[in-house]
Amino acid sequence: MKRLFALVAVLGLVAGMAHAQGKLEIFSWWAGDEGPALQALIDLYKQQHPGVEVINATVTGGSGVNARAVLKTRMLGGDPPDSFQVHAGQELIGTWVAANRMEDLTSLFQQQGWMSAFPQNLIDLISTPNGIWSVPVNIHRSNVMWYVPANLQKWGVQPPTSWDDFLAMCPTLQSQGVTPLVVGENWTVQHLWESVAVATLGAQGWNDLWSGKIQFTDPQAVKVWDVFGKVLACTNSDASGLSWQQATDRVVNGQAAFNVMGDWAAGYMTTTLKLDPGTGFGWEASPGTQGVFVMLADSFGLPKGAPDPQNTMAWLELLGSKQGQDAFNPLKGSISPRLDSDLSLYNAYSQSAAKDWQSDTIVGSLVHGAVAKEAFMSQFADVMNIYLASQNSEQAANAAQAIANQVRLYD
Amino acid sequence: MKLTRDRVTAILMLLPSVVLLAVFVYGFIGRTFYVSLTDWGQDPTQALALDPQLHFVGLKNYSDLFTNFIETRFRQDLVNTFFFTVLFLVGCLGLGLGLAVLLDRGVKGEGLFRTIFLFPFALAFIVTGTIWRWMFQPEGGINVLPTLIGLPKLDFGWLTSRVQILRFDWNGLPFVLGLLLAAVLALLAWRAFRRGQGLRGTVSAVLASLVALWALAVLRHASPLPYPERHGFNLAFIGIIIAAVWQMSGYTMALYLAGLRGIPEELREAARVDGASEWQLYRYVILPLLGPISLSAMIILGHISLKIFDLVFAMAGPDHAATDVPALLMYLRSFRANQFAQGAAIAVVLLVMVAAVIIPYLVSSLRGEVRR
Repeated sequence: MKRLFALVAVLGLVAGMAHAQGKLEIFSWWAGDEGPALQALIDLYKQQHPGVEVINATVTGGSGVNARAVLKTRMLGGDPPDSFQVHAGQELIGTWVAANRMEDLTSLFQQQGWMSAFPQNLIDLISTPNGIWSVPVNIHRSNVMWYVPANLQKWGVQPPTSWDDFLAMCPTLQSQGVTPLVVGENWTVQHLWESVAVATLGAQGWNDLWSGKIQFTDPQAVKVWDVFGKVLACTNSDASGLSWQQATDRVVNGQAAFNVMGDWAAGYMTTTLKLDPGTGFGWEASPGTQGVFVMLADSFGLPKGAPDPQNTMAWLELLGSKQGQDAFNPLKGSISPRLDSDLSLYNAYSQSAAKDWQSDTIVGSLVHGAVAKEAFMSQFADVMNIYLASQNSEQAANAAQAIANQVRLYD
Repeated sequence: MKLTRDRVTAILMLLPSVVLLAVFVYGFIGRTFYVSLTDWGQDPTQALALDPQLHFVGLKNYSDLFTNFIETRFRQDLVNTFFFTVLFLVGCLGLGLGLAVLLDRGVKGEGLFRTIFLFPFALAFIVTGTIWRWMFQPEGGINVLPTLIGLPKLDFGWLTSRVQILRFDWNGLPFVLGLLLAAVLALLAWRAFRRGQGLRGTVSAVLASLVALWALAVLRHASPLPYPERHGFNLAFIGIIIAAVWQMSGYTMALYLAGLRGIPEELREAARVDGASEWQLYRYVILPLLGPISLSAMIILGHISLKIFDLVFAMAGPDHAATDVPALLMYLRSFRANQFAQGAAIAVVLLVMVAAVIIPYLVSSLRGEVRR
């Protein structure tokens, strides 16, 4: 037994020496509130691989708006970082895998036993028939409606279970001088559209929209815009001036009743605003999407031509491990995609999200890079602007279809 | 031409900057123009490949920008740029001239005021944008100012308004532009005749009538789009114009002040002796002498406003269509949507617009130097 230990120790030392050199440059957009979560991972990595110099290359800007531009110039210039953050799904597949810039990680997944540790539909999202391309670190839910329970009681309303339900209570709230639903800048409006679309089309219809089985000009898909228009009529008029945090603030301080936002809002309300999940703020799946989990995930991969691929593999191994994920996610306010994560480390909201993650139908988010190519996702902002300017469902649907054809969405 | 030692030295001294300019300015312009004629970005397998294979598609990207119905955002951006440029120029020139005239009249503490007015110019547009973004918050800043003296708070969406005024149909544009071109040619003809350059005048007059005929016969019925598409001035731009004027009017003031100081006191005195009132003095003596300054200021400010990016980015963010400008769209298309060819086409359109402002100015000032 002792000899076995010695052998393992020696092997470990040798392995350690092999790794104990070079650098690891990690490219992400996690700064500010999200910085400590990334730092926890880096600290763990440094413990395991003390010889490696870790370069934390962060480019700030929510949802990676600026980071992605910097990454693209670096990749086009032939200077890839060792590993970079990318939303699981089409932002990874449609941009980087399609351009043949990523290394296949199938053997890592098999060797680490991740094929069964992660749910199948998540693995599908990061795979093509030719391989698995990144390691998911966290899961966020997009279709969540937030409110303050005490305020709802005061105004005499219940969280709506369908958009019809919501539209019916809209006048009640407006007559009390309350904004029924608060939205912020353009992407948060698209985020709301996504929730309305999943509710109107259902999970299957939503998937069909992205595979091309349903066209955007199909009457069902046009109806999404009709419902969306009615919902928008119950929102604030100064939307484009608000960040998502400011929109959340309006719910918290009682100017607005509801807000549809991803569950990073839970992190904001618990960590920054010091509210208790359940009493300080409440949540439901956004109206009509009960039993559906609209997900987005951050993941890291290994680009071709990375300077230190060995260090990167060790980093990816840590990211996918139970230890790494449970160090990262409670700080980030997200849940772990692993089916065996230690739920006691998480707060009440995350525990409920994790439960839904294991039982709900999982679909991908549009706004956060899962279901559509970046070209479509980015120009969907134009579609939204066409709709906001014209209030015409047909016109928005036609524009969406024209863009889908132009960027070859279904290829 | 003999290669003297002097000449060789001169060539060697110039060579580095000529090479650098050729590569980093003209080479890149040429490369951008080439990219704008390709399909780079259409095919995701090539968009971000290490060595993208590009296919030549001619002017398709340009015709898409001006006539494809999903590119309505670009056309609105052009309209935005037009209104922004006009109002920005009017604001800066008016305010700058006003401040300069006031300071020129011998105010006490002129140096202090000059510094105060010039100070915003020292800030980066990003800083200006961030400050004014806070001031124009719908629920704070400027809008709550009146409550300090007991008035109700303002309700204007400085940056968030979706109201559009002065709307017109994009399809009417070719006709109007044609008429405008004819008018410019007619003006040139008139000037040439007045200077006694008969041949030049005749050519211009013939061209003018041809263009006018073409506009009436063809362009009046030309419609780039199969349906009417309305564009106009977005009121949300008012906030951005205020911030831009705040930043640049001090600089315009400095230009005018230098011009005013260059006008000899004798001229003013001569006018006064001839019985000119103060108003007449400015109207007939000083303002005409400031003409060249106004022109320089318009060129400098005009090319800033055509290329504006950072101020809008900081004040309203990149996704707010009501305050969008072509430079922002170029960035989004290239780096968010990976449509590099389309981004390049927008860049070339921007370059042409700026060149249309700058080149006539450079030519005329170069000519002036040669004459001297």
